[in-house]
Amino acid sequence: MSVRIGVVTFPGSLDDRDAQRAVRLAGAEPVALWHADHDLQGVDAIVLPGGFSYGDYLRCGAIAAHSPIMSEVIDAANAGMPVLGICNGFQILVEAQLLPGGLIRNDHGDFVCRDQRLRVENASTAWTSAFEAGDEITIPLKNGEGGYIATEETLDRLEGEGLVAFRYLDVNPNGSLRDIAGLTNERGNVVGLMPHPEHATEPGFGPDTVDAMRSGVDGLRFFQSAIESVLARV
Amino acid sequence: MPTIVVEVMPKPELLDPAGKATSGAIAKQGSTTFSEVRIGKRFELTVDGEVTDAVLAEAQRLAEEFLSNQVIEDVVAVKVA
Repeated sequence: MSVRIGVVTFPGSLDDRDAQRAVRLAGAEPVALWHADHDLQGVDAIVLPGGFSYGDYLRCGAIAAHSPIMSEVIDAANAGMPVLGICNGFQILVEAQLLPGGLIRNDHGDFVCRDQRLRVENASTAWTSAFEAGDEITIPLKNGEGGYIATEETLDRLEGEGLVAFRYLDVNPNGSLRDIAGLTNERGNVVGLMPHPEHATEPGFGPDTVDAMRSGVDGLRFFQSAIESVLARV
Repeated sequence: MPTIVVEVMPKPELLDPAGKATSGAIAKQGSTTFSEVRIGKRFELTVDGEVTDAVLAEAQRLAEEFLSNQVIEDVVAVKVA
């Protein structure tokens, strides 16, 4: 069967087309979903892409988290469907309370855009199973409001339960507490992160590696993990 | 028509980068009067009719559940303007 992965476009989404392309490169069929619909078109997994939904008005991701399609996305997530939130998508997951904590303006006050090294802390989620725990990967990061915060109690719980999915290596680009770059929920089907795996999926267009310029494709395994996860559930 | 004002501030223990940058800019203008700036939000909700207790309660609920994110912000006022 061909795995169908939906990518939701909100007003102000930027990376929806890139996410669809990443889905295709990983071997699944991308399905464009629209924020104003109440229809997931029978997809097997969902990506909430990066961008500036609703112009980041109110708070990043806050208005998108209340858009029509999110009621179906939240139900599907609670039923175990793989859901990945990238950057603004991570902010939407947090605002929809599918993941805990919040994301605030980078501590240094500037927008940051760089190829970011990460450590995969949890390789048993629907979006990370193609990695080994401890793998070090490089994918692009680009955000102005990526500082992850939560109460000490929540942070301790996240660490204790292994829900920190990714941690920043080398530099903490935005002041995220405990270098947290991404999280998963208890069930492992919902994952959110600030860096962009969809921008590291095709040789010639990814981050530089020691082998060649722009040859980094570490992001591909996120989508391959989801495909494996969907096929394993069938 | 009456207006309900909702004020939201970043939690005091959290860094407010925008406030900090503004504070730095004030210092660069030579002012030494103010030691800190914190930036919050003010919402003005126009009420279609009379402000009853139920309307105020609805504004309070909206303030806590949507206009603010309680993880990072506090609602500091919900009042009739």
